[in-house]
Amino acid sequence: MRNDATRVVITGLGATTPVGGDAPSTWQAMLAGRSGVQALTEDWAMRLPCQIAAKAAVEPTDVVDRVQARKLDRCEMFAIAAAREAWADAGSPEVDALRMGVVVASGIGGIGSVLAAYDTLKEKGWQRLSPFTVPQLMPNGSAGWIGLEFGARAGVHTPVSACASGAEAIGYGIDMIKSGRADIVLAGGTEAAIMELNVGAFAAMRALSLRNDEPERASRPFDKGRDGFVLGEGAGIVVLESEEHAARRGARVYAVAAGAGYSGDAHHIAQPDPDGAGAVLAIRRALENARVTAAQVTHVNAHATSTPAGDVVEAHAIAEALGDVAASVVVSATKSMTGHLLGGAGAVESVAAIMALHDKTAPPTINIDDLEDDLGVEIAVKPTDLHARGTEPMAVINNSFGFGGHNVAVVFTAP
Amino acid sequence: MAMTQEEILAGLSEIIDEIAGVPADQVTPEKTFVDDLDIDSLSMVEIAVAAQDKFGVEIPDDQLKDLKTVQDVIDYVGRSSVSA
Repeated sequence: MRNDATRVVITGLGATTPVGGDAPSTWQAMLAGRSGVQALTEDWAMRLPCQIAAKAAVEPTDVVDRVQARKLDRCEMFAIAAAREAWADAGSPEVDALRMGVVVASGIGGIGSVLAAYDTLKEKGWQRLSPFTVPQLMPNGSAGWIGLEFGARAGVHTPVSACASGAEAIGYGIDMIKSGRADIVLAGGTEAAIMELNVGAFAAMRALSLRNDEPERASRPFDKGRDGFVLGEGAGIVVLESEEHAARRGARVYAVAAGAGYSGDAHHIAQPDPDGAGAVLAIRRALENARVTAAQVTHVNAHATSTPAGDVVEAHAIAEALGDVAASVVVSATKSMTGHLLGGAGAVESVAAIMALHDKTAPPTINIDDLEDDLGVEIAVKPTDLHARGTEPMAVINNSFGFGGHNVAVVFTAP
Repeated sequence: MAMTQEEILAGLSEIIDEIAGVPADQVTPEKTFVDDLDIDSLSMVEIAVAAQDKFGVEIPDDQLKDLKTVQDVIDYVGRSSVSA
């Protein structure tokens, strides 16, 4: 019973990030402009050119109990912590299990478990591998464990699209409800990849900031001095719910998850299309899918990772996609504070975009000493008030792009 | 020297607490691992490997599936360590 008129609302938020152990503390840290980036002190980091990262503010083993933690990869612990928070925030509703879905993404999956298991295999033999190794390393592990914990039987899914994964999961969750497959969905993304292989591999792509002597100043999207992204970790999860289902139980509504748009760059496996054509397409398709006009859009939480190539292309793409109103749209790059959570990024940044809409305040982009010229949009360098234009509900957009040429934009509107 | 049933139970309880988080006072001989102690099949594999290390016995997979209660493991370890 597909019903494109079905509206999907956000009724719960959860996050565990480098700047806070939950969604409220993450949002407050963002408003305060606090960086979660630190120097890495591990021995392995001394062998690498990049020695900074944004580790989670709260260790997941402080949240997930010891016995369960034995079975889980670190990225799965983050996801479960954020899912529990989001569900509690939504009022821990009693729901029909057959109508509940889970869509939780990861860019990489349980890479820490892969590496540890390989060491065990080589040193001690296969008999000493944990029987939970496979569920730890599979990218859908987080979705599977969350589905199990909440008894979700409408479907459990994991879209994998590198750094767009978290946003794509939210888009998929919206579609699950609009298409009539589910009434309520836990959707988001997670990542835990701050380890030697990943830092080394991103360094090999020349993708990382090497500003080792100033960790908190290293992630600087839209600043002329940016030199790459800073790897972060954590998870974000939202509760998506049909408006009817939410209204029936009297749930508090943060925002309408109005729609999502997608495109493929078909340009390069890891470089953005310099024309930004794919990003423009994704934003336009998202607005169309959401039935929102550009004039309603007041804020964009940009993908902006602090790499030399990507940020300016994205700003121009936002300007092109939004047209006449672009100059008054406030753009924020919260990766300046959280670093880049890869598969968790699109979900955490959707949480930030939803809170920006809810509080009518765009968070700052920190570390901008020398703003790039002619971006065509306003970059928030301090918390910035958002004002609706006209009487239409205010809209915000979360952009997320991934290696592989994946472009995703998600649109949220005021309830 | 063979271990007593009490020693095996105490050792097994430690393993089960560590791996499955079941407190030692709940691990009594008549309990089944799956139904009574709520231990899943993958955790049972982990417990069996830990038991092999702790008690110095082999527990082949085809034997493991027959070890349904705490007493079954006590008996198996007792028999195997005597014959070893």
